[in-house]
Order: sequence, then C-alpha cells, then structure tokens
Amino acid sequence: MSETIDTVTMEGAVCPVPLQPSEQIMLGHGSGGRLMHRLIESLFLPAFDNPVLRVGNDAGRISIQGDAPLAVSTDAHVVWPLFFPGGDIGRLAVCGTVNDVSMLGADPRFLTASFILEEGVPTGLLRKVVESMQAAAAEAGVEIIAGDTKVVEKGKADGLYITTAGFGTILPGLEIGGDKARPGDRVLLSGPIGDHGIAVLSARGELGFEAQVESDVAPLNHLASAIVSASHGIHVLRDPTRGGVATSLNEIARASQIGIVLEEGSIPVRPAVQSACEMLGFDPLYVANEGKLIAIVAEQEAETVLDAMRGERYGEEATLIGTVTEEPPGRVLMKTLIGSHRVVDELSGEMLPRIC
Amino acid sequence: MKFVDEFRDPELARATLSAIRKEVTEPWVLMEICGGQTHSIMRYGLDQLLPAMVELVHGPGCPVCVTPLEQIDKALEIASRPEVIFASYGDMLRVPGSGKDLFSVHATGGDVRVVYSPLDAVKLAQQHSQQEVVFFAIGFETTAPANAMAVEQAHSLGLENFSVLVSHSRVPPAMHAILSSPECRVQGFLAAGHVCAVMGYWEYEPISDQYKVPIVVTGFEPLDILQGVLMAIRQLEQGRAEVENAYSRAVIYDGNQHAQQLIDRVFMVCDRKWRGIGNIPSSGWCLRPEYSRFDAELRFAVEDLAPRESQLCISGQILQGLKKPLDCPAFGLQCTPEEPLGATMVSTEGACAAYFRYGDVKAVADSSVGERR
Repeated sequence: MSETIDTVTMEGAVCPVPLQPSEQIMLGHGSGGRLMHRLIESLFLPAFDNPVLRVGNDAGRISIQGDAPLAVSTDAHVVWPLFFPGGDIGRLAVCGTVNDVSMLGADPRFLTASFILEEGVPTGLLRKVVESMQAAAAEAGVEIIAGDTKVVEKGKADGLYITTAGFGTILPGLEIGGDKARPGDRVLLSGPIGDHGIAVLSARGELGFEAQVESDVAPLNHLASAIVSASHGIHVLRDPTRGGVATSLNEIARASQIGIVLEEGSIPVRPAVQSACEMLGFDPLYVANEGKLIAIVAEQEAETVLDAMRGERYGEEATLIGTVTEEPPGRVLMKTLIGSHRVVDELSGEMLPRIC
Repeated sequence: MKFVDEFRDPELARATLSAIRKEVTEPWVLMEICGGQTHSIMRYGLDQLLPAMVELVHGPGCPVCVTPLEQIDKALEIASRPEVIFASYGDMLRVPGSGKDLFSVHATGGDVRVVYSPLDAVKLAQQHSQQEVVFFAIGFETTAPANAMAVEQAHSLGLENFSVLVSHSRVPPAMHAILSSPECRVQGFLAAGHVCAVMGYWEYEPISDQYKVPIVVTGFEPLDILQGVLMAIRQLEQGRAEVENAYSRAVIYDGNQHAQQLIDRVFMVCDRKWRGIGNIPSSGWCLRPEYSRFDAELRFAVEDLAPRESQLCISGQILQGLKKPLDCPAFGLQCTPEEPLGATMVSTEGACAAYFRYGDVKAVADSSVGERR
C-alpha cells in the first residue's frame, strides 16, 4: 500500500456549537441518572419545595400529629415486556414501592395501586398481573388498601402501567437516610448485581442471544428489618435500581458529602451477567437491580450486619464492597485489582431500554 | 470469565509493569489508536501505573468522534422524514449535529431505532415494506464487513426500501496524517487490535518504514495494553522501528480475507473528512457505483449539505494527540457527556468521555475539576 500524504488540511479546532439544555423530555430523563436528577432539581423541587422532599431519599419521612413517623413512597412502573424471567410488572410494582419504604428502615404495611390500561389488553393478562401482585404483597406482608383504574385508547399506552404508593411506620429513634454516611463506615451489598437489567434486556429479544439470567425482583423489607434489628449502627440503606450501584453510591456520596472507595474484586456479578455486559459494552455497576440493597454501617458493626444479612433469603450472598472516606467528598472511586484508582461516575443519560 | 479474566490478572499486570520500568531509560510518547484502548487505560488506571517517562496520548480511533458534522446533519435530516425508519448504533444518538441530535429527532416523533447489527436494519426493511429503512453505516475497518454484508444482503433480497448513510474511515491514512504533521509528538503506536483482526497488519509496514516508528498491534484488556506498551518501548530503547503483533490470539498478518473481500466488493476507497481533523486523502470507504441505489445520500438528495463547524473545543488537537482532555478549558464545565461540545465527549470511546467517566484521580482531588458539576 502506498499512501503517502504530503499535506493534510488541518482545520484546527473544529467542533459543533453546544446544544442548549433540552427543551423537551428525552428518554434519558427517566433513566435514574444525571439527566433525571437535573430535571428534579430544576423543575420538581422548586415547584414542590418542602423540607421532606429536600432530603432526597426515595421515600419521604413524615409525622402526623405526633404519631410514630411514617415513610411514604410512590413509584410508577412501565416495564416492557410485562413478563420477564424471574418476574413481571405486578411483582415489580409491589416490590419497588415496598423496597423504597423499607430503605428508611420503615416497616411497610399498606400500598395503593393505580392501573392505566390500554384498550384491548386481555383480561386474562391483567388477572395474571394482579395475582402476581397479590403473591408479592403476601410475601412482603403488606395489604393493598386503595386503588384506581383508568383505560386509555388503543395506542395511547403500551399494555398497562401500574403506579403504587406505600406507607410504613418507622421505629422511634431510627435515623436512616442517604445523607447519614460517615467516614470510616463500611459499604455492604446484599448480593450479585445486574440481574434485573440483563434479564429484561434479554427478554426483549434485542440482544441477539438469550442470557440465562432471572430478574432479582424481590421484597426487601424482611432483609431490611433484619439489618435494623441486628445493629444500631445502620446509617444508610438504599436499593440500587435504575442507574445501578454506581449511581446510588454517587447519590449517597453527594448527600453525605463523603467519598466512597470500592474494591474492584469484591463486587459480586454472576458469570452470565458479566458475559452479557462484556458483549454489550455495559458495566454491571450501572445495570439495574430490583432485589438488592446497599447498607452503609459503622465500621465495628460490619461483621454483625453481614451475618444478619446472610441469614435472610435475599441476603445470602451479602458481602463487603467498600469503605467510606473523607476524601474526595461527593465522589466514588474504585481501587482496581492492579492497584490504580479510577472515578466511578453516576449514569449520565439513557443507553438502556426502559427496564422498570 | 474465561478469556477475559486472564487478561486482567493483577499479578501478571504488576510483572509487566515492572518489566516496562526496567526497560525505560528516557521519555517516550506512545499513541493508542483505538478509543476502546483509551477506555481501558482510563478504566483500569493504567496511566497512573506506568512510569512517568512513558506518556500515552489518545488517537483518533473512535468512529463516533470522527464522523463529520455534515454526515450527522444528513442523518438528522433523513431521520426527521415521516416515511423513514432510521436505524443506528446506539452511540450515534447523542452526537450533536447543528443544533440537535438523533435523540431529539426521536423525541419529536422521528422513528429512530437502536440496532446492534446492520443486519437487524435489513430485517426492519423486510418487515416494513411501506417505509424507507436507512442504516447509519459508520465505523472503521471493524464495522465495514458487517455493513457491507447488509448491503449485499439487501441487494440479493431485492429490497427497494433499504439504504445506508455511509461514513467509513480507515486507520492507516490517519496515521500518515498524524505522523506528517509538523507538530507530531508520537514516537510509537499501539495499533488497534480489532481493526487488525479484519485487515491484518501488512498495511502498517510502509508506515513504520517511512516514519521510523514502532507499531505494535495491541488488544484491549489491561494486560494486552501493557504488553503493547512494553514491546513498543523495547523497540524504541533498542532503536528499532518494526511492526509487531502483541494480539496474536485475534490477529494474523493477512487478517480476515473473507471480510476484506466482502468490503472490497461493496466499498471503494475515497477521500474523507474527519471531524476535528479535516480532510484526509484516501481515508474513507464509500459505496461502489454498482451499489449506489443503496446510497441514502442520493436517495434523499442530501449530498450537498455542508455545514460549517464553529471553533469552540479542542477535540481536533486531542484526536491528533497534541493535547489531552484536561488541557481543555471547557472540560467538565461547559462540556459534559449530557451537553457535549465535541464528539470526543460523546461516545464512551471518546477520550474526553473516558476522562470524565473514569477521571484522572489526581485531577478529581483538584477542586477546579472536582466541582465540575
């Protein structure tokens, strides 16, 4: 090959003009990452501003007329396909809200559920979804006490959407939240990550291969309750759903103004999830979970809490993944196996199809 | 995971690093060609572990980054048409054209779909015979065979509603361009392993001879990259300038003959503009005349679209290895992955995005960059 180039036209620094912040809602605004945080901070928070919302947990902590404090949360579910290995939209709708309430250390008791149904959806399919919701509610020990049903014209929704709200009582004296992590704390994870995201992607049939992975969707209230009963040194509980473990840890690091250092080899990932991620160019740290929790606990309590977690059905594979540090505040770092450090940023926009 | 974990082995990595340290006696500048390698270097923090005398600069091998603005604008124009289903690799959706990107076309009702393979776009054309399916055929030598196969398949199926918007680049002419620039600092190359898996490495011998630079065919895992660095440094220290293969588990001298023949049947070499760099002779592939009926530019009459780029970011210098992302005053401030000024911030393989995502840990400690949000 004889390609000699004498002169190359160098145009210097060529680049497009910046795009204006988006003037319309993009899929990335629903990804659980930075775009969504920006939307919350620029639009929802200023409009609804109040001390409860400002804390920024997935559930709000309220007190009504001196009663025991309540945790309240709401969550909309738009997953497609409606049924996937390991779960379905009904189980997800119950577990998602039960888990958000549980992450304040609360005992979830009651849910509400509203359904947006697309004209033409088979009643038999709806029945299957509702039965799955009932089974998940029974497993979690919660009751669905109010609901609503709306039907939209064919084509105005994609099958069915479910929004649930959850209510749970918080034990007096318990102060758990994303802003409570302290330097020296240990970061615990209840099991292998990325199962839900990969299971849903695989069920969509878009991968060109079928990953043998089941969604981890599960109610975590019993696990959370075991953790809270085992120790008074629980500072943060968080279920790393959309955006994955990386995004949840970044939220915590920012809210608590601490650093988090993860150990690369310690983060459990199932081989099938790891393979799918390698093939697709995903990092499991950013892939969604629906049945895992992160617990940040005082250093001396770590072993006790790990033992308690491992005694529970959804915490058998619990493990220590990192440490809370003073520096750098608001950032998450990874200590790689070969001894370097890198930044673990939060998810930016949308690359994955909608998964919850 | 087998065939991956072995190449991330910490013990072997430390051993290779210590071999590199023993070898180096003076400062050397190496360029890794491929954005995938840049990504690995940042993800595993390899730059922190190399001796200070070994500097890695990041090459132009990110297809998303170098796709010229006019091709993006053509894509936006075509994707906005009501009769079109526009199929693209996911990374291209966020690359800014003049004023918008494919995501915003999607948000305003354009039928933009992510596909994992160009053959999926052919399937779409079969399923939607009343619509025009256009595939954004971008990439280097790596994606060219699959893109060529899609065109051949559409041809043999007699599909009238399928076309491709082609923006293909070739690595060797870009290396000529970099090396012939008077400002060039690069003394050795880590050639892109996946490009060589298709093309082999015979193309690099004239370059190595002409410019007296070592070129080492290198893979993407941490050990691959460290091995590539070690072999390049050893050549430099010994005063050699040869083409060597550190990625023999995937690459042979002649490459994949079937893939090369496939490319040759569908595409022919042409001049091409690189975003951030400019026009490089013979650096692209375009459709052969016999396949011109699959050319989306002709079908949608957008071939004359020629926007001018403004001069805001330094991605041009970054893609030529003259500057690093942290040299850019806009890095992490006006320019982030959500609102990229330059294509190098868009793709996960872009050097700026890799720096932003995995960070320079020293820079993070520095509040001016730490406060980048």
